[in-house]
Amino acid sequence: MDQRHRVQRAVSDPKVRQVGFFAPNPNPISDFPSRSSPPLAGSPSNATSSSPVIIIPPPPPPAARNHPALSHLVVGSYDAASESLLGSSSRLPSSPPYSARGFVVDGEFSEESWPQRSNSAKFASSFPSGGFNLTAARAVITPEGDASPAVISANEKNEVSAVEAKNERTESSKPEKAKLTKSERRALQESQRAAKAAAKGEGNKPSAGAAPCGPGKASKQPAQKKDTASAAPSSALLERKGSDRLPEKDRKKDVPAPRMQFDDKSRVEKAKRRAVVNQTEARNRVELFRHLPQYEHGTQLPDLESKFFQLDPMHSAVYKVGLQYLSGELTGGNARCIAMLQAFQEAIKDYVTPPEKTLSRDLTARVSSYVSFLNECRPLSISMGNAIRFVKNRIAKMQITLSESEAKASICSDIDRFISEKIILADQVIVKHAATKIRDGDVLLTYGTSCVVEMILLHAHEVGKKFRVVVVDSRPKLEGQRLLRRLVTKGLSCTYTHINGVSYIMHEVSKVFLGAASVLSNGTVYSRVGTASVAMVASSFRVPVLICCEAYKFHERVQLDSICFNELGDPDAVSKVYGRLDVNYLDDWGNKENLQLLNLMYDVTPSDYVSMILTDYGMVPPTSVPVIVREYRKDQLWM
Amino acid sequence: MPDVQSLVNEFILKLKKRKIEGSQANARQTAVLLRSVISQQRIPYTSQAAALIDAVRAVGQQLTAANPIELAVGNIVRRVLHIIREEDLSLTTGAIEGLNVSSVSDDDSDTDKDDNPGLSAAALAAAARSTLRPPSLQTLLEDLPDSSAIPHTSSSGDNSDGKSKSADKSTKSRKLKHDVIEAVNELIQDIDTCHDQIAEQAVEHIHHNEVILTLGSSKTVLEFLCAAKEKKRSFRVFVAEGAPRYQGHLLAKELVARGLQTTLITDSAVFAMISRVNMVIVGAHAVMANGGVIAPVGLNMVALAAQRHAVPFVVLAGCHKLCPLYPHNPEVLLNELRSPSELLDFGEFSDCMDFGYGTGTPLLHVVNPTFDYVPPKLVSLFITDIGGHNPSYMYRLIADYYSADDLVLQKKAASVN
Repeated sequence: MDQRHRVQRAVSDPKVRQVGFFAPNPNPISDFPSRSSPPLAGSPSNATSSSPVIIIPPPPPPAARNHPALSHLVVGSYDAASESLLGSSSRLPSSPPYSARGFVVDGEFSEESWPQRSNSAKFASSFPSGGFNLTAARAVITPEGDASPAVISANEKNEVSAVEAKNERTESSKPEKAKLTKSERRALQESQRAAKAAAKGEGNKPSAGAAPCGPGKASKQPAQKKDTASAAPSSALLERKGSDRLPEKDRKKDVPAPRMQFDDKSRVEKAKRRAVVNQTEARNRVELFRHLPQYEHGTQLPDLESKFFQLDPMHSAVYKVGLQYLSGELTGGNARCIAMLQAFQEAIKDYVTPPEKTLSRDLTARVSSYVSFLNECRPLSISMGNAIRFVKNRIAKMQITLSESEAKASICSDIDRFISEKIILADQVIVKHAATKIRDGDVLLTYGTSCVVEMILLHAHEVGKKFRVVVVDSRPKLEGQRLLRRLVTKGLSCTYTHINGVSYIMHEVSKVFLGAASVLSNGTVYSRVGTASVAMVASSFRVPVLICCEAYKFHERVQLDSICFNELGDPDAVSKVYGRLDVNYLDDWGNKENLQLLNLMYDVTPSDYVSMILTDYGMVPPTSVPVIVREYRKDQLWM
Repeated sequence: MPDVQSLVNEFILKLKKRKIEGSQANARQTAVLLRSVISQQRIPYTSQAAALIDAVRAVGQQLTAANPIELAVGNIVRRVLHIIREEDLSLTTGAIEGLNVSSVSDDDSDTDKDDNPGLSAAALAAAARSTLRPPSLQTLLEDLPDSSAIPHTSSSGDNSDGKSKSADKSTKSRKLKHDVIEAVNELIQDIDTCHDQIAEQAVEHIHHNEVILTLGSSKTVLEFLCAAKEKKRSFRVFVAEGAPRYQGHLLAKELVARGLQTTLITDSAVFAMISRVNMVIVGAHAVMANGGVIAPVGLNMVALAAQRHAVPFVVLAGCHKLCPLYPHNPEVLLNELRSPSELLDFGEFSDCMDFGYGTGTPLLHVVNPTFDYVPPKLVSLFITDIGGHNPSYMYRLIADYYSADDLVLQKKAASVN
């Protein structure tokens, strides 16, 4: 990881979060006093060491970069608390390679819901690089805890000199950072916590979740300072509110950051340079899906295999799972998620905190690098995003007093608990619920392969229900055939057809059971492509559609169509029809520039086709999904 | 005669084995076959038209029995029957007009006594319609001339004894046969050119930058899209592959060869993509009298998705696909199940095939239907070779092409046997 990369990343990340909303403060000078006013982080708790960190803004957006005065005022998209973390983390040593990797996943689900954690590492890595004059000057790390407000304001006034001074500082900044003692680190943690509490106190602010809103931010900061100047009332406020409603800040955290858009050339280039997996872009890409990654399939695997011994930061267990994703050996939301979590467990067991680093920060960065690697192998599913969010949160919330082995054991047991409670037990609960919905003489239709639906059918068969199963399948994966085989060997009576024949078979069907990759909070079901068609035909025939989905797959994102976010499979799989040598019209499709093949992996089923969602919290209508997401999010993260 | 019978048998065999692909090919071959049936038919001096009708109907019954699903065959048989009736009618009316007023008067008495009591009022009306001369406002208003005018035509269609006496027999019989064969030739030509006729209308329906979705392959659709392309319209086409026949691959190849921007998608992705589609254009297997469509499997799903997203669902159909029957439970009765081997590899699933030892019924069934029924409410527009029509108008078009007597070929066969 050379310096240039880090710089570019630092430039580009805020840019995405500022889309369209950025408007520099027209009155920069008036804001200065408030900036240099007593910092909020220090005030509530101890105010000993880390007072200055709170006013260090993230790097300014490109529009403001060339104007020194503006650059102070254009604050990034993060709220004050995250800024405090930002600043504080910038004094912490960070390991550039990991943090650098951690951001390939920007396009993915939920890691970015913790901007203050992961991004902090990124900004930290960007500062010493020296390519980013003005912010570097702002963020010049004042050694130890001597940075009083006065120093900061002095810094601001003497911007130019700071810029000049920066050069020698950048060389020295790293050793300085490394010199933090344990007590200082603890003090830092304290201040962060205090800052967070302060931000929570602000929970009733109307500008909820407006993450990309630059000006809103700028106006908010002084207000927050007023707020936290009297920290006691605000925390009292928190006490009152915290019990009955989710604090605003948590909700803000839940708003997913924009995903990486692959039609953004510059970002793709950067991501490519960071990438472990060498991907070549697919030929004849579909215009509508330029924003999604689409690569040649089959070329990366040997390449990656040969790299096995060179990739020392990658744990072998993670590597193995990545290869399994890549080769398509490991499919299915639950299976992929469990495999990933177990690989993380392995990696955490073997993890040793490098000297002069804290476990929680370094391990988070490490996990981020694993995640980005897995993401390169195959885009992560939404459920995996939730699981990753859980793991990272566990690591971040690790008590600093724990010894390394204790911490590792605690994380591993947490992961175990996640797997057993959120996936395995949840499945059992769903099976129990669903079995009550199956009656003798039913004809149940299912589409593709869903492991929960399979468990439901087998369970109902075991308890002696008499029913028939219709397995609907579709090209190119033909996953239904595997399900069909397993069901028939267990003695269930099955009918097999392809998705085009679903209108023909639907007359006989009494219920439709479908699996889901995720259920989004507007009630839409994100699932294997074709699910929407099956649900549509079923509802047009007045057949109830039951979606079986564990609650850990619920996500607060919303989506209206299947195009904005999706996954693209191997286009060759469309042109070649398995077992049909006579269908060979398109063998040389790559040479025809007018022809594109589209192998969509998922689609979105509108909620009005869904009669009921079977989940581990019971049987709910699709309208209840946002409620579950909100009410149980806390439980899921802090269990 | 025997060589006609051998031709018929050969065609029946082809139909039974489903050798002929596509309703257009079927329609054309049926018309050609019926032409030779007519030309070989020996015509008695009396009731020539009836003899021709009987001969054609007999062949038609065999053909439709051979493949009741291929509705185009029955349609063509009905068309030919209708042509015979019409030609006969025009001959007799021509003869009547040629005759003097005196002959008309005795003709009147003739028709009164010959009037077939079995003819229903509906048949009379149909016969009147089939002259392609709609009753004038005057005849509609004045009861008396109307009632006398209709028996005229109907009786002449059924029985031409009275007039043939006065007319030159040999020339007339030759003339009828000749006219019918001419008309059948025209019909064949119509079938051949229906693609072009439909394609001519393409520019009226496809505009610039349009995104069109189609499923499977249809020659009509291919010609339609290419016609628009030739008129310098640039648009994009999504082709759903149409499993298990994968005709979409073929269509995509053809479209690309003609320079159209084409994207091939799987059938399951239709719902995902339809939100970005401006129009669905598909071919049909047959169009029923109620405006419903018998179409390649999967199209009901596409039509539902199109309705959901308010995308126009346009069906292209040549006139030979118009079927004068009203469907009942068409998903099952007008469908055909193809070989399971298209869906499942028998080799792979051989171990699952004999699990039915307990009850004797096999555990594994495979359903591979050929057609879907798209109800008329899901169809936005039909484009036929004579223009665009609403689904609710199809019954009227059908009344123009077929005479009411011929609607049921199969029922008659049952009563005869």
